[in-house]
Amino acid sequence: MDMSFTPEHLAFRDQVRAWIRSAMPPHIRAKADVDGAFEQGEVMEWHKLLFRKGWIAPHWPKEHGGPGLDATSRFILTEELELAGTPHLSPFGLSMVGPLLMQFGSDAQKKRFLPKILSGEEVWCQGYSEPNAGSDLASLKLRAEDDGKGHFVLNGQKTWTTYAQYADWIFCLARTDPGGRKQEGISFILVDMKTPGVTAKPFLTTGGTPAFSETFFENAVVPHENVVGPLNGGWTVAKALLGHERTVIAAVGQSARQLRRIKRIAADTLSNGKPLLDDPGFRAKIARLEVKFRAVQMANYRALASAQLGHAPGPEASILKIRGSEILQQSLELAMEIMGHDSLAWFNEPGVIPAPEQWVASAFNYTRATTIYGGTNEIQKNVIAKLILSLPSR
Amino acid sequence: MNFDLSQDQKLLVDTAAAFAKRESPIARLRSMREDPVGYSRGVWKQMGELGWLGILLPESLGGFGGGFQDAALILEKLGTTLVPEPYVASVILAGSTILALGTDEQRARWLQPLAAGDVTLALAYAERESRFNPAAIATVAQKSGAAYRLSGEKVFVLNGHAADALVVSARTSGSRGDRDGVSAFVLDAKTPGLSVRSIKTMDGHHAAMITLQDVEADASRLLGPAGGAGGALERAVDLGAAAACAEGVGIMQTVLAMTRDYLCTREQFGVKIGTFQALQHRCVDMFIETELARSASMWASIKADDADDVERKTAISAAKVQLATSGKFVTQQAIQLHGGIGVTDEHDVGLYFKRMHVLNTLFGDEEYHLTRFASLPSFRAGIDAIP
Repeated sequence: MDMSFTPEHLAFRDQVRAWIRSAMPPHIRAKADVDGAFEQGEVMEWHKLLFRKGWIAPHWPKEHGGPGLDATSRFILTEELELAGTPHLSPFGLSMVGPLLMQFGSDAQKKRFLPKILSGEEVWCQGYSEPNAGSDLASLKLRAEDDGKGHFVLNGQKTWTTYAQYADWIFCLARTDPGGRKQEGISFILVDMKTPGVTAKPFLTTGGTPAFSETFFENAVVPHENVVGPLNGGWTVAKALLGHERTVIAAVGQSARQLRRIKRIAADTLSNGKPLLDDPGFRAKIARLEVKFRAVQMANYRALASAQLGHAPGPEASILKIRGSEILQQSLELAMEIMGHDSLAWFNEPGVIPAPEQWVASAFNYTRATTIYGGTNEIQKNVIAKLILSLPSR
Repeated sequence: MNFDLSQDQKLLVDTAAAFAKRESPIARLRSMREDPVGYSRGVWKQMGELGWLGILLPESLGGFGGGFQDAALILEKLGTTLVPEPYVASVILAGSTILALGTDEQRARWLQPLAAGDVTLALAYAERESRFNPAAIATVAQKSGAAYRLSGEKVFVLNGHAADALVVSARTSGSRGDRDGVSAFVLDAKTPGLSVRSIKTMDGHHAAMITLQDVEADASRLLGPAGGAGGALERAVDLGAAAACAEGVGIMQTVLAMTRDYLCTREQFGVKIGTFQALQHRCVDMFIETELARSASMWASIKADDADDVERKTAISAAKVQLATSGKFVTQQAIQLHGGIGVTDEHDVGLYFKRMHVLNTLFGDEEYHLTRFASLPSFRAGIDAIP
């Protein structure tokens, strides 16, 4: 057993670090330093820089414009981008609909959509959840009725269509056949956001950012050719996403960054003239969180090494989303605790609290979403109970 | 990065798993609880023949030339059925200390018979007031001519009741807590002035409370330079901690499987209780904690042989804290999900629970390792990189 990166991987890591240092424009760096919420324009500016470098889609195969990196290099690239606090790219095109198109799309669909996902010319959002279809996604009701003239007519509503207000396209799960089991009769459909009858309405998250949105469909007409995979076979298409890129799902780079920030804040925060980092109680709290983090990081390395060797994901991979998301939440919670009164401030003019801490409160709130999105942690546990522990079902 | 086992290691794991199942199923520990020794010399000899007792030793000493990782693989499997032989006391604690400090002659004298399974050893390092720090000892070794005279007390010496020889720590200079000035001596169990009181421990094993009264040790008994054993003892206890982590993973994996099987068979309200989501999620949490402890334990065993002390201590302290958190949770919940039967002496789950408590306490408990983890230079590394 060996847990070190090879010299080639270490050299690649140096290359990534050096590139980030030189490529990051000063206004993006300034915001990255404080982990501020990036504006859409800033995210896309960074997207295009990564695109030009060829690193925009580390996990895409070469034939579709990916860089052809191995699993470890992909992990390193993602981790270094997270560690440096670079803008989080929208996952909907690059990590979701892109890979699904590669797996299920027609040649025409691949040719039409993939290059523009890579270049950032087209931005995507996800239309899965509905007001009454969250964890029970298969009970979704967005109707897609065949007009007999080569189109579907869509009526209904999607919610949690994150950043739909900036999106050019939405990929939807819609009901194309109302009979049968609820998992049947669902199709995976791509919809141009400019289609008449499609409206996105953004709303604020608890973090104070306009990340969320709901999207309404009123007699929106979509051509048949926009169905991906078999008609009424959308559930299978949607489920395929669950297996993708589990080695980066724990966001260990983000948590590592937060842990360093916690220690830095604790070193700079004085209580009775002494840094909180020297207070045994706070040190123990930080250390406890770091131990949890290190265990998850090691589980992540195991998953990674296994992927690098081409093995199927082992049991360790299934826990990464659950514990990785919890640790990210706990790290922001601890940062807030260490900040004390400073944690009470909410979007003020500069000077009220130290500048590097100004976004912590927002992230503390927004990060509650990490245990919810991508399948709540409770749903993840149902999956482990069934698929790994083979516990009986009702 | 590669966590796959080598062909040799796979063979080792298969052999150890089969051995635990066939030669020492859990019923054996149960039956040995009232035995004054608590294990069998015959089984020990078998372990020697399998090459396990010399796993850390060079081939010149009849060893296997392996590393700590190999020992950890064996320990994990021994944990699945709570094999009572004194592997940690002899091989990991005393064996590694003699290997690190001893002259060729001393090594040959004590380690060759260990590798063959002809002797068992013990490391007497813990004292009433030392808690888990091997340097915080009050036992002294006073120079008297060419020899030393040792006086003091040692507590909860694993296998101290039955070992053929004991490695004993004693201060030859400096003051309590200094790593410098701690020496190690290897003494025969029958040495005059060394009195051994056998005691029972919660896990069904035995240990010893040891009193040293003016025990004479000549220079051939001193391991390494006088006052220079502190680092080796610290490392030996660290290896003990990493060994506890590996054994603990074997325990967690076993009680998780027991609990899972129970959920699939026990019926209440007319259904298998494993259909209840509250219990399913608890069982999933047990699974998650087991995988995290396994991950941390792998990290510890990879770093156990690291030349860099900080790397070793960081990984082992983290793994020991993780063991305490995960191990406690998994064994507690195993009992909880078994219900009342889990609290009976008749059921095996309680034996695992008890052993887990012992492992969590030995070689530094959660608090000790958490404090140590937070005081290592690695804890402050990189904090200036983020505003």
